[in-house]
Parts: sequence; C-alpha cells; structure tokens
Amino acid sequence: MSTTGFNSQNGAGGGQAYANGPSQNPVALQQPPGVGYGMTHQAPYNLMQPKAPMPPGPGLYHSGPYQPVPPVSSYQSSPPVSSYQAPPGQPLLTRPPMGGPLPHTPPQSASPSPGPRMPPAQATPPPPAVSSNSYYPNAQQQQPPMAHAWQYGTAPPPMGAPPPMNTPSGGPVANHVNLPASSTAPPQSSTAYSSPPQGPVSHNATQPPGPGMPPTSLHGYTHPGTAPPPMNPMPPHTYQPGRPPYGPPPTGPPPTMKPAPPPTGPPMGSATPPPPKADAQCGGAANCTLSPTEPDYQEGDIECPGTMAGNGPQTPNTYNHVDNKMAGPPQSGPPGRQLGHYPSLPPGYQNTSAPPSSASPMHPPMPTATQPYTQAPQPYQQPSAGPGPAQLSPSLAALSLQSSTPEALRVVNLLQERNLLPPGPIPAPTPCLPQDLQKINCNPEVFRSTLTSIPQTQSLLNKAKLPLGLLLHPFKDLSQLPVVTSSTIVRCRSCRTYINPFVSFLDQRRWKCNLCYRVNDVPEEFMYNPVSRSYGEPHKRPEVQNATIEFIAPSEYMLRPPQPAVYLFVLDVSHNAVETGYLNMVCQSLLDNINALPGDSRTKIGFITFDSTIHFYNLQEGLSQPQMLIVSDIEDIFLPTPDSLLVNLSECKELVQDLLKSLPNLFEKTMETQSALGPALQAAFKLLSPTGGRMSVFQTQLPNLGVGALKSREDPNQRASAKDIQHLSPATDFYKKLALDCSGQQVAVDLFLLSAQYCDLASLGCISRYSAGSVYYYPSYHHAHNPAQVERFQKDLKRYLTRKIGFEAVMRIRCTKGLSIHTFHGNFFVRSTDLLSLPNVNPDAGFAVQMSIEENLLDMQVVSFQAALLYTSSKGERRIRVHTMCLPVVNSLSDIFAGADVQAITGLLASMAVDRSVSASLSDARDAMTNAAIDSLASYRQSVLTIQQPGLLAPACLRLFPLYILALLKQKAFRTGTSTRLDDRVFAMCQLKYQPLAYLMLMIHPALYRVDDLTDEGALNINERTIPQPRVQQLSVEKLSREGAFLMDAGMVIYLWVGRNCNPNFLTQVLGVPNYTAVPQNLYLLPELDTAESQRTRAFIGWLRDQRPFFPTLHVIRDESQLKANFMQNMIEDRTESALSYYEFLLHLQQQISK
Amino acid sequence: MAFTFAAFCYMLALLLTAALIFFAIWHIIAFDELKTDYKNPIDQCNTLNPTVEKVKKIKRVKIALKLVLPEYLIHFFFCVMFFCAAEWLTLSLNIPLLAYHVWRYMSRPVMSGPGLYDPTTIMNADILAYCQKEGWCKLAFYLLSFFYYLYGYEKPFVSSSFPLLSCLGISINII
Repeated sequence: MSTTGFNSQNGAGGGQAYANGPSQNPVALQQPPGVGYGMTHQAPYNLMQPKAPMPPGPGLYHSGPYQPVPPVSSYQSSPPVSSYQAPPGQPLLTRPPMGGPLPHTPPQSASPSPGPRMPPAQATPPPPAVSSNSYYPNAQQQQPPMAHAWQYGTAPPPMGAPPPMNTPSGGPVANHVNLPASSTAPPQSSTAYSSPPQGPVSHNATQPPGPGMPPTSLHGYTHPGTAPPPMNPMPPHTYQPGRPPYGPPPTGPPPTMKPAPPPTGPPMGSATPPPPKADAQCGGAANCTLSPTEPDYQEGDIECPGTMAGNGPQTPNTYNHVDNKMAGPPQSGPPGRQLGHYPSLPPGYQNTSAPPSSASPMHPPMPTATQPYTQAPQPYQQPSAGPGPAQLSPSLAALSLQSSTPEALRVVNLLQERNLLPPGPIPAPTPCLPQDLQKINCNPEVFRSTLTSIPQTQSLLNKAKLPLGLLLHPFKDLSQLPVVTSSTIVRCRSCRTYINPFVSFLDQRRWKCNLCYRVNDVPEEFMYNPVSRSYGEPHKRPEVQNATIEFIAPSEYMLRPPQPAVYLFVLDVSHNAVETGYLNMVCQSLLDNINALPGDSRTKIGFITFDSTIHFYNLQEGLSQPQMLIVSDIEDIFLPTPDSLLVNLSECKELVQDLLKSLPNLFEKTMETQSALGPALQAAFKLLSPTGGRMSVFQTQLPNLGVGALKSREDPNQRASAKDIQHLSPATDFYKKLALDCSGQQVAVDLFLLSAQYCDLASLGCISRYSAGSVYYYPSYHHAHNPAQVERFQKDLKRYLTRKIGFEAVMRIRCTKGLSIHTFHGNFFVRSTDLLSLPNVNPDAGFAVQMSIEENLLDMQVVSFQAALLYTSSKGERRIRVHTMCLPVVNSLSDIFAGADVQAITGLLASMAVDRSVSASLSDARDAMTNAAIDSLASYRQSVLTIQQPGLLAPACLRLFPLYILALLKQKAFRTGTSTRLDDRVFAMCQLKYQPLAYLMLMIHPALYRVDDLTDEGALNINERTIPQPRVQQLSVEKLSREGAFLMDAGMVIYLWVGRNCNPNFLTQVLGVPNYTAVPQNLYLLPELDTAESQRTRAFIGWLRDQRPFFPTLHVIRDESQLKANFMQNMIEDRTESALSYYEFLLHLQQQISK
Repeated sequence: MAFTFAAFCYMLALLLTAALIFFAIWHIIAFDELKTDYKNPIDQCNTLNPTVEKVKKIKRVKIALKLVLPEYLIHFFFCVMFFCAAEWLTLSLNIPLLAYHVWRYMSRPVMSGPGLYDPTTIMNADILAYCQKEGWCKLAFYLLSFFYYLYGYEKPFVSSSFPLLSCLGISINII
C-alpha cells in the first residue's frame, strides 16, 4: 500500500482536521453546528441512513425502549454487580472522635525493639556480589541455606521499627516515568524505566517534611503503640489544609464511618441476574435515601435487579437508567412518574445521601456564600447530634484516613514473612480522601491509579521510583449506570471537562472546574433538580452525584448520523481451515446467536470467505439462495456487487441463515492450501469503509499469498533460548497501515487465530491493535482432537457475538492541570495527546495510561482524572460515558508509598515491559522489571525508613511487589529458558496490554485453591447457591500434597490437579471415578453428580467463571498429563532450571538494594 | 584569489544549509503542533493558520516525513562535496551528523515506504519529546554551520576584510 494510502487514514476529508470520526472530536470541542468542518464526506452516509437519529426528547428513554427489545445489549447480560455498592448489611463502624490515642491495639505492642528477629541474611552466606547478569548460576548455590532460612518465617516480623519520617539526604534520582530523551539510543543493558542515576539531588525545601517533622498521620496509625508522640498533632495537620475548600466548618463530626466497599465487589449477585436477595437489598438501599421532601421516591419505579423479571429472560434488570427529563421546554414540568427512576443511583451514593431521616427531616438550605462545596454536605447534616467544633479537626482527620491505610505502611521483612498472600482477593487500596469524596469516587474496577496518592512534584515521583499511571476499564458492563438525557451537557468552557462530583460550586450559579480551575456558569436548566423536583440545587443533580454516568449525546456530538451496527465476517476456508473444523462452530454459533447480535432494525451483516481467492456472498433480498461471487484477481481487489454484499439482517435473515447452514459443506472438499489474507482484508475494508463497523477475521494459517504475505520467522530451536527473543515486532507494516485505514473509517478488526503452526501473530496482531479490535488465539484448535479449545472457542464466540458494542468511539482522558499523559497502552490509535480513536469499543477492553507530572501540584489537595468515552450504541444512539476519579496529592514519600496499589503497578509495569521488549529487547524488559522492584524498595529503605534493619523491607502495601515481578518474569510473555512458542509469547503480550486489570492479575499470578476439602464455612450465598471460598494458597509445589486436589485459576484456563493419593472421597464424589488411575487423561468437564462435594466444587468453578467475560477452560490434570508442565510452570515461587525461586529472587533484590 | 572548487562547495553548502534551517524550523513547528493541539486543536489551527488549509495533524507528520529524506540527502550531498574538495576539517565536523542520520534511518520503525515517523508511536510522549529536541539541536547545528560555511566561503577570497560576509551578516541581522 502506498504512502498516500497510509496517510489518508485519518479520513480523506480534504484536509479536514477531524474527518476521521463521526464526531469531530466532540469530546473536546463542541463547535456550533454549522461551522462546517468536515461535512464534506457526509454525503455517502446519507444514503444509508434509514432513520434519523433519535432526537433527545422527553420520555425517550423513559423506561427504556431498550428493555422490551429482544436482542439486548449486554447492559442486561448479567454483569457482575458493580462495587459501587457497599453491602448494605454491613455494619457501620463508629469512629470515635479523635480526642486521644486511637483505640487501636498494635499487634506487637509488646516489643518495640526488633525482638527475636533472625535476619536470614545472616543465617545464609551472603551471596557474592555479582553483576545483575550473572546471578543465575549463583542462585543455585544458595539453595540449601534458603531452605533453612525459611524456617524463620514464622518468627515475629521485625516489628517496632520506629517509622518516623526522615528526610533522605538525597537519593539517586531516576526518571521513572519519562524515558530519557536518549531512550532510542542504543539500549543500556540494565536500565529500568529510568535513566541512570544522576547523582544525589538535594531536597526541595517544599517537599518532604524535614527531619524534625513528626511522622505523617498514616505512619502514626501504623504503629500507634510504638510511635506515639508525633501522631496526634499530625493527622489534622495532614488533611486540614484540604478541608476548607470542601466544606463549611462542620457542626459536628460525622457520626458514622462506613468501611470502604471492597473493590472487587461483593460477589453477591455477580453470577446471575435477578437474585431475590438483591431485590430486597436494592430496595433497601433505595429506601434509605428517602427523604421526606422527596416522596416520589417511593413510587416503586426503582429499577433494581430482580424487580423487572417479568420483562423476559433477556432483559432482566441490570440496566437501570436515570432519566433526566431536564432538557427542553416540554420537560419543564416533569411528571412524577419519570422521577421515579432516580432511586437507581448507585447505592454508594444513596447511602451517602441518606442522613438518618429521623435526625434531619430536611436538608437545610445552605448559605451559598460560605459553602463552596455544597454538593457533598451529607456528613454535616446531623447538627444536633455532634460534639462541638473543638473536636472538629481530629474527627475530620479520622474521617480522612481510610481504614485500609494504616496497614499500608507496616514494615514487612519479606525474607522472614512467608505467608504474604491474603486469603481472598486483594482489594484495591482506598485513596486517602475525605469520606464524602471517597464515597462518590469512581469504582476502582473501572478506574484505578497505581498511586492512590499523587506526588506533588515529578522529582518526588522520581524519588519514589514507582510508576504513575491509570488503569481503565471504561466500557465495563455495569449493573447500575445512571443515564442522563439532556439537551445541554454541562462542561467546562475552557477544558471541556464534564461536570462531575468533584467540582466545587462557588455559589448556586457558578461552578469551578476541578481540572483547569476555570469558573463556569451553571446553565439555567441545570438549576432544576429532577431528583428532588426542586429548583436551585445543582449540586444534587445526578451528574454531580455520580462518578460514573452516561449521557445521551445531542446532535452536536455527531459528525454524521450514528452508524448502524455492521458486522462483517471474514472466514478462512483453505484446506487447513476446513481441517480444523472451526467453520462449523462459527456458523453454528452465529445461527444460535443471530437474534442476539446487538443492533436495531438497521443492523447489517455480510460474509467474505477466502483461500487463494476471495469469495463474496450476495445476500440481496429477493434471491432464492445466497449467491457466491469469486474474485480471483487478488492483486487489485474490487467488490463485485458493492450494494448487496452487506445486507440488512432483519430483512435478509433467511438468506443469511441459509448461507450459514451451507457454508461448512461448501468447502468440505477444498484442496486449496494457500491463504490470501491480505487481499481479503483489503476487500473487507472496502466493503465496510462507507459505514464503519466490525470485521471479524478467522485465520488458521500463515498468510502466504498476495499483499501481506508473511514468512515463518520462528526457529523452533530458539524457543527455549535464554538469549534474546527475536521477531517480537511485526515483519511488515502492511497490517498496521491497513489498521490505520480501518481506524480512519471506523472499522475495527477482531482477529481469531486458530492455528497449530506459527502464524506470526506479531505481524497479524497489528491489524487489531491499531483498529481497537481484540485478538483471540486458540493454538492447535481442532474440532475433534482438542475439545477444550473447542469449548473455549464456542463460549468465547457466544460472548463475542452477544456482548455490548460501541461503534465509532473516541475516548479522551483529561487530568488536572499539571499532570499530563505520557503513554497509552492498549488497542487503539492515539489521535492526539489525550484522545484515543476506538472504531469499536467492547466491554472487555482495558487500557493503561502512564502519567507524568509536568507542573508541580503545590496548591492542590486533590487532583482528578476524567475519562470520557463517546460512542454510538448498537441502537444508533450517541452516548458519552464519563468516569471521574479524584485522588489526594501528597508531599511526602511515605504517603506515596502508603498509597501504592501493587496490582495496578504490576499491571502498568507489564504493559511498559511489553513495549520495552518490542522496542528494545526482552532481556532489557526483564532487567527493567527487576530494577523497578529494586529501585522502589531501595527508595523506600533509604527515604522512608530511618532505622536500617537488615532484611528486605517493604511497606505492607508493596509486600507482594517482588512476588508479582517474579511472576511477570516467569510469565509466558517474558520468560526465558523455558520453551515458549513465539505466537504464545506474543499473544501473552497482547493480553497483558489489553486485558482489564482484574483478569490480568490472574494471568500474572494465578490463584491456587485446595478443593478436596471444600466446606461451607465462610461461603458466599448467591442465588441460593452456596459457593465455598477456599483460601488462596501460595504458588509453590510445597503447598501441593498428594492427598489433595488443587484448583489453579490462571484467568484463561483453570487446572484441577489431582494428587496421586487423593482422597478417594473426592475422586468418587466429584470426579465420579473409582480411583486415581481411572481419572481420564483428557477430562474437561466435571460430571454433574448429585453429591454435596460435587455441587460445591462445581459451584465454586462456576462462580470463578462467572466473574469474567471470557470462558476459562477446565483441565483435570494427573501426574502423567501433558498439561502438568503448564500447571507446574505456574508455580512461580519455585525454582526452575532457568529461573530463580521466590526466595532467591528476594535475596537478589536485597543484594542489589544494599549495594 | 581564484574561485576554487572548495569555495564553490562552501557556497553551495551555504545555500543548502539555509534550506536545512528552514526544514529544521518546519520540523520543530510540526512537532510542536502535534504536541500542543490538545488545548483545542481546531481553534488553535484557526487562529494560527487563518489562511492555510485546515491543518490535519497526520498531514503534519507526513510533511515532516517528507522532509526527512531530502534533508538527509542534502546533507549527504554536501558532505560528499566537501570530501571531493578535501576540506577535511569541515567534513569531520559533519561526519557525526551524517553518522547520526544513518543510524536514525537504520533504526526507524518497520515501514514499507520511506520515512521515519510512525503515526502509531509518534504520540508517545518520549518520542515526541525526542523529536522536538532533535529539531532544536539540528536547528542549532545548522545555524552554526551556516556561519561556519560563510566564513569558509569568504576566506579564500579575502584575507583581510570580509565585505561579502559583513554584507550578508547585516542582511541576516535585518532578517
């Protein structure tokens, strides 16, 4: 493809700046219609627009044209309950006013001195100082002492390190986020994501408190017993400055403090949609928001799970939207029925706004001048019951400290504490924000930061040596999403930020943007609050009460009429493909789900098959059967009948079904072995480019004909090479250029690769990567020989076909002035410094963003991040989903460390390492990951800890960091020395960049459970199914026992390992076999036995599967199974021939740190 | 003094360096626009380029991309000229840049056509910053070498006074 073709990718709109999108960058600019950028290319679309876009009007989304429609979008497809929701049954913790020391008993108050600690570093001969490249051989010598040293693991942790803050005399500063400008220079072998240390840098005076300063409040809580003196004055000190902007001097301490909602979400209801229990709970949650002034709440329109079960099986419940009938004149007096939808605001919000109704019958009108932050006045609504203002500051400080943080800075000696894994899922740390802000903050599953406390300056960030970034899952299926229809969407006039819960209202008519600090007017219609049907309470509007909200966009956000849902399937029908038998599965799945494809009456569908020629299918209405048109001129591809290849699904459904039924037989006897993927993609692009849409490509071999032909680059002998892995970058830019062309025409390409041989995913994957598609890989797919893959393929296809989809999307990420976006990770095309072009967006896509601090955030207490995703729903509506997250700014290293989110850091580092291994080399990436752990722990040791204890010390919040880094080093994407097929490796890299964090963590660090002794103790109860909750075990063979059975959940795949002497009870009751030898070699399905054990095990596995959108296959493994190697490779704490054990890795870290 | 081949080389280099300076400035502007267009790209383009066609970001990249090869070729060309003229000092001053150009082009992203910049990675902050810095450094280098060539061009003619130099210098000052 020529250069011109390449460059036309942003739309050939005659030099139009945003001819690319349907929305000309509407997220950023709301230009008045008629200014006329890029309207020239609208003409082609007018033909295909059967229906004008629905004007935002009253009642349009009332109880939803959505719900009765059978092909539902996955709003309704039983997503997990979002964790906005704190379990309502949870008791409220009462936080006493902070008069004196906290009633918090330190765990080891007895011995403030190091005590019986036995530093293993002394027990073992210290490893010789070796260079980082040569530590592997040495590690083996350390093995015997290691076993010895572990026995001290049960000794009390080295408690009692008085942790007062100390100013470091200065550490080597490395630029942690910014690659140095010379980064494209020949790589230095051992750089982290950092430049080489540039020598000590003296402290900026404004930064961490001097040596005389008391420890920060966090620290004080960590060791209440051991470091008493400084702790009391400090807490108010830390957060007091942050308070004034947020509220008036409260008249009393907020009486209750609710534990932060577990971020992984209470698993309740996550599995299946309408639990009766959830119904009650939701109703309960809604009821507590009732205020006597808002009687309409009781009208029973609460749309919560379960209440709408009558709508049919597909439309159960989960799409709760809030109808905001604000907009035009017709809505000036909304009837009460419409308002009834409001209670479906997230319960998190509802709880916050729920003053004990007995105490405060009415919200007192706020004197506006003194209350800049009136939108969150709830904690102050109980004036009668509080202590006086004297107790205000301590209690506020107590408020601002979340219950999770005191633990975060506890010093952990990693060499001694062995059992670091928590028994269950690891919750995301809670930002150290005032309660009222935190309650409305964005769900961490959707929006998460690696550092929940943002450093004030870049130099401070560099000193902490932790990466700063965001992890997003913007289009996640949410069970509760307020939807607002409004003719004007209130946004900041200068930076175009959407109004959000973290703006401040200067008075009733003006609000101050929290990103650029511009003062904006509140539009007239925003003054009316339909929740309470009152006027003059803009801070009560749903936009200001929900961190995640969706707007129905008015027509300014459209550059062309919203496109219909268009699906094009490009199928490989060469001999190789027919052999695998995948075609049957695809056609069958499509037939089964053809009514569930998201879309409306305009939905279009088309098919292309290819081997050495391209076959089109004329499906025009009126034909008696589908007509196949063969184009053999693959050099200059053309469309034989451009009009009838993509047809309206509802009009031509019979023809489509005929085709799907006949397609597998059509090519049964083909002997064509060549594959002209490139020309087929070009043809598909031509077909889709007038409308945009989704292209699903199924490929089973290396493309070897026409443009885009690839050669096998993999040398099987190098698979296990410990040296650098070659060919991680694409061999040709054909696919990238085509992807950019697709992106410009709003076409996304999803690639399904089913191949036993090398397929050069590194090159092929580009087609999806830059067009915001997704890649699925089924190595060695065969319909008969590999039933596990078949099952996974089938389940994945079902999800793929029926999941929600957003077309012609763009996502813009804004952040408070001073912060800037450094790098994006994920599948997209970056169109501007903060704008991603996403031809399609799907609910399973995750994104990561590296941030840097460009200007010091000196005067700010909090910073905010806002991700706005503008997309066209499958129903042809333009919608904007906005997520806003607010985080505190801190100025001390200890606070930064206290707020570190180890999972998010790992996820971001993984993405960065993928980039590094493609741009530099794999060994470079591995070194960088190791150095990331070394640097941050060394920085912690130097700057935060004052008393230098022996051992490898880490703050409790980072205690899993070395483990995760080791897990990454042993992950398929980055491992060396173990035989790994190149495609597997590249696919793992794709996954690391593309998966949302929750699933990513399972890929990196699988969860191991013992399942032969499942009990109902501590079990969850979902939908009257009891789901046992076994403890997560460490990934070490030491934890396995021959008497047991263990389940390993590795995200995409679940292994059930059965020990040789496994409890016969388990064998008979769960596996349904009489003894161990009778366990079949290839068992992929647990028999449905009517025993308690079987039910428990299946309930547990089903629960694990329900938590993720893709389908993990189950493999039952015995000692002789081929997959045993895969299972054992996940035992990341153990040593392998080519990689260190966890303990050796720790010793290596320690040695490097103390260097 | 005769009009030597060396003097001809210097004169040619002088003119070509002026072109290179222009390229470098263009390069800087293109990347600066890429970087700052987040403010409000269309407004900014409208105020900055009221007459120019609406600037498309990727088109800028294309321009920058199109400028790269001419720049390299021009530089390579007068390096060869200096080699022929046996101006060893001048050549040695230019060799590092020549080597950099060769290295830069060798290590470009995988691409079927000529070019240096990949639109998928260009928005990465590191690469953007690198390209900007590269632009400034080159501008400085070309400016310095411009005056050096001016000096080298004058020297064979006159040893005592520099009429052309001063006259050119003045005109440059005026510019």
